[in-house]
Amino acid sequence: MAGMVYALVAVLILILVPLAGVQGFGLTYLFGVIIPYAAMAVFFFGVLQRIIKWSRLPNPFRIPTTGGQQKGLNWIRQARLDNPFTTGQVVGRMFSEVFLFRSLFRNLAPRMETGGTGVTYASAKWLWLFAILFHYAMLTTVFRHLRFFINPVPWPVTVVERIDGWLEVGIPQVMVSGLLLLLALGLLLARRLVIPRLRYISLMNDFFPLFLLMAIATTGALMRYIVGIDAISVKQLMMSLVSFKPVVIQGIGPLFFVHIFLVSFLLAYFPFSKLMHALGIFFSPTRDLANNNRAVHHENPWNYPVKFHLYDAYEKEFHDKMVEAGIPLDHPPEPPTEKETNSGQ
Amino acid sequence: MASDLPEPRELSRIDLSMPRTGWMDTPAPFKEGIYCHAAHAKDIEALGMPNPRDWRVTDDDWKLPPNWREIILNGLRERLEKFRSLQIFMDTCVRCGACSDKCHFFIGSGDPKNMPVLRAELLRSVYRRNFTRAGKIMGKMVGARDLTQTVLKEWWYYFFQCTECRRCSLFCPYGIDTAEITIIARELLNLLGLNIDWIESPVAKCHHVGNHIGMEPQAMKESIEFLCDDIADITGIKIEPSFNRKGAEILFVTSSGDYYAEPGIFTCMGYLMLFHQLGLDYTWSTYAAEGGNFGLFTSHEITKLLNAKIYAEAERLGVKYILGGECGHMWRVLNQYMDTMNGPPDFLETPVSPVTGTRFDHAASTRAVHICEFTADLLMQNKLTLDPTRNDHLHVTFHDSCNVARGMGLLDEPRYIIKKACNYFYEMPEETIRERTFCCGSGAGLHAGEDMELRMRGGFARANAVRHVRDRHQVNMLACICAIDRVAFPTLMDYWVPEVGVTGVHELLANAMIMDGEKERTLDIRGENLPGRDRDEGPSEKGEGR
Repeated sequence: MAGMVYALVAVLILILVPLAGVQGFGLTYLFGVIIPYAAMAVFFFGVLQRIIKWSRLPNPFRIPTTGGQQKGLNWIRQARLDNPFTTGQVVGRMFSEVFLFRSLFRNLAPRMETGGTGVTYASAKWLWLFAILFHYAMLTTVFRHLRFFINPVPWPVTVVERIDGWLEVGIPQVMVSGLLLLLALGLLLARRLVIPRLRYISLMNDFFPLFLLMAIATTGALMRYIVGIDAISVKQLMMSLVSFKPVVIQGIGPLFFVHIFLVSFLLAYFPFSKLMHALGIFFSPTRDLANNNRAVHHENPWNYPVKFHLYDAYEKEFHDKMVEAGIPLDHPPEPPTEKETNSGQ
Repeated sequence: MASDLPEPRELSRIDLSMPRTGWMDTPAPFKEGIYCHAAHAKDIEALGMPNPRDWRVTDDDWKLPPNWREIILNGLRERLEKFRSLQIFMDTCVRCGACSDKCHFFIGSGDPKNMPVLRAELLRSVYRRNFTRAGKIMGKMVGARDLTQTVLKEWWYYFFQCTECRRCSLFCPYGIDTAEITIIARELLNLLGLNIDWIESPVAKCHHVGNHIGMEPQAMKESIEFLCDDIADITGIKIEPSFNRKGAEILFVTSSGDYYAEPGIFTCMGYLMLFHQLGLDYTWSTYAAEGGNFGLFTSHEITKLLNAKIYAEAERLGVKYILGGECGHMWRVLNQYMDTMNGPPDFLETPVSPVTGTRFDHAASTRAVHICEFTADLLMQNKLTLDPTRNDHLHVTFHDSCNVARGMGLLDEPRYIIKKACNYFYEMPEETIRERTFCCGSGAGLHAGEDMELRMRGGFARANAVRHVRDRHQVNMLACICAIDRVAFPTLMDYWVPEVGVTGVHELLANAMIMDGEKERTLDIRGENLPGRDRDEGPSEKGEGR
């Protein structure tokens, strides 16, 4: 549990830093301009570097994990999505993984029967549900934030906002995605704390992003629903950042700086953390390769010759035994009448 | 060995609660019955592998070279650059826990380091410490730790408790494959000469003599001829297979388990009878006599080394293509590695069934066909006459061998054959078959005698599913298409599910297959009386048409 405590403390410090910086020292330019720019740069170059590194690494062997019937005899139905044979089918499989979390959807939980004599398996889709909930809520929330970066606000953003606000309660309108985001984060955290196996394997690296995202979502919600901030000024600041003519508008309020500092930290943390799973999935050879190695040659760029035991050496060693057993040979024994040596063979 | 094995009732009391101490602070317990014996110097030497010396697992001193840390870390660095898989699997795990209860060894032992995620963390923690900035600076706080002898021994203990079955990989949202991690971790351990005897010795024999058991050419021929004698007793037909025959159309390769031990030999008799009935122009090879490849449990290089003989022999004999027998990891290698490692074999042709004319285009590059594909095609085109009532005394279930299930996807072909050859076929629960199948618990070279407790624990999940169909459908025969299964299951069934036998699919086929000119069968392939075919009772209605 030490990992959780470390992570929690780290996030609390990350909240206090901008508060102190802005409230105590008036460092609005640092927290409003310099750090966001730096974070974006780290994010961009960090992710790029990681992608370049991964994509340069060879896939020596084609090792997809096959999740269904292979393509073989034409009257046996191939599981195209789970055992892809063509690139198109691989794309289908990747789509199902990236957008629908196909593999998580398979999840099963073994249950030991009382008496300790058997085990049964039940479908266990909670992790899939929490994960889907989190990722789509996150996606929607990020997408909604485009309103701060683009002027005029593009219509898809407005549409998403309208759908997101379907509850139609409160002023400002309640955005369901934000609430679901917090809910999903809470559920993912609860899993880690409640399930003993999960508690046992969890590291600080696992709790930290959860707490960080919770803090981001919470500060966002606070600004939207409780404290209230000057959204016009925020947009002005954001537009100035986007157009590379940064101007800090006074009077935005410290909570905003906490929010943007945490987001900055998340961005800078992203390329060096497990959050890179978002891109790693695209490089996973058990998922992104077709199971067609018998049909299409796959080249290993570092393949090298090995000195295997050659047939000639084998025959030489077992020559007499093979003769006696009547096994055909490349170098059959000379007829006994021959006087010549068999060196010419 | 087996005398210390706890009773099933005791072994099945599995405690899945987690220990009090964190996993980094809990050294490997080295419990007898869980680990295998160490590899011998002579075998390590025979393969030209590093650090040949005799050593014992129980000794404190494993006689490592003084620079062992450097060797491992350099080896790891090299492999991070050579395998995208390894780098991705080190970087992307989020410890979501989806894999944590998927491993048969975890289900059967409750040891948290048998959770695939922790098995990988054993390696990942060292990776973080030495190859990531955060790990270098923050250490244990971020799950990084130094490579010490304790850690190395823990690697050895747990990477030889993984059967490379890939069940975890199926459930992982990023496809992280513990088999791949285990393969590479074992490759690293082999840099220090830390293999187990049950793997290294077969590898050495396979390299030098041609098969795992070191059966010399004349002995192999005799062994198969003995099987032909048995076939003559049962069917009245004398089969004379050929060996190392140049100009044959097909080179047949299977695991040596099929021609030297029960019940594998009955499957082998099935091949022999089938090929004879078809008049197939094929040959055995005493040189490339092993389809099984324990190199896969050692290193990529050794995998290639052993596998190379198959194509070399196919070229020497001038065959058109390769037909492969019922073997699990052999087919992982043939399907996913052989063509890349030692191919493409341009001297071979796209396989075509000489009986049906079916072209196996999905094997156009490797030119290797699985015998279940070959036979399913025959049956689909009605090229064989079967009398499934000969198998009526058997209530059969089918175990999907992990390697052909998750490294190939050969799922429906064997079922098609079984359903044609048997009237009573019952599937195990769907969570335990096909791509979700459970390992026999003895794969990847772990089917030794000294690790019997591990094997029984590892096979618990599979056996439990067999028990389900035994109790519900009176299943008394477990069919499989893997030679290690056929070696491992009899013991596993005796322990957990007594009275369930083990068979290969082609044994079932041969028992049902009506051969031209055969005498009336009163015996099954095992030489046991066919129920209802005794002289007194006389045959019931059966379609001996041909």
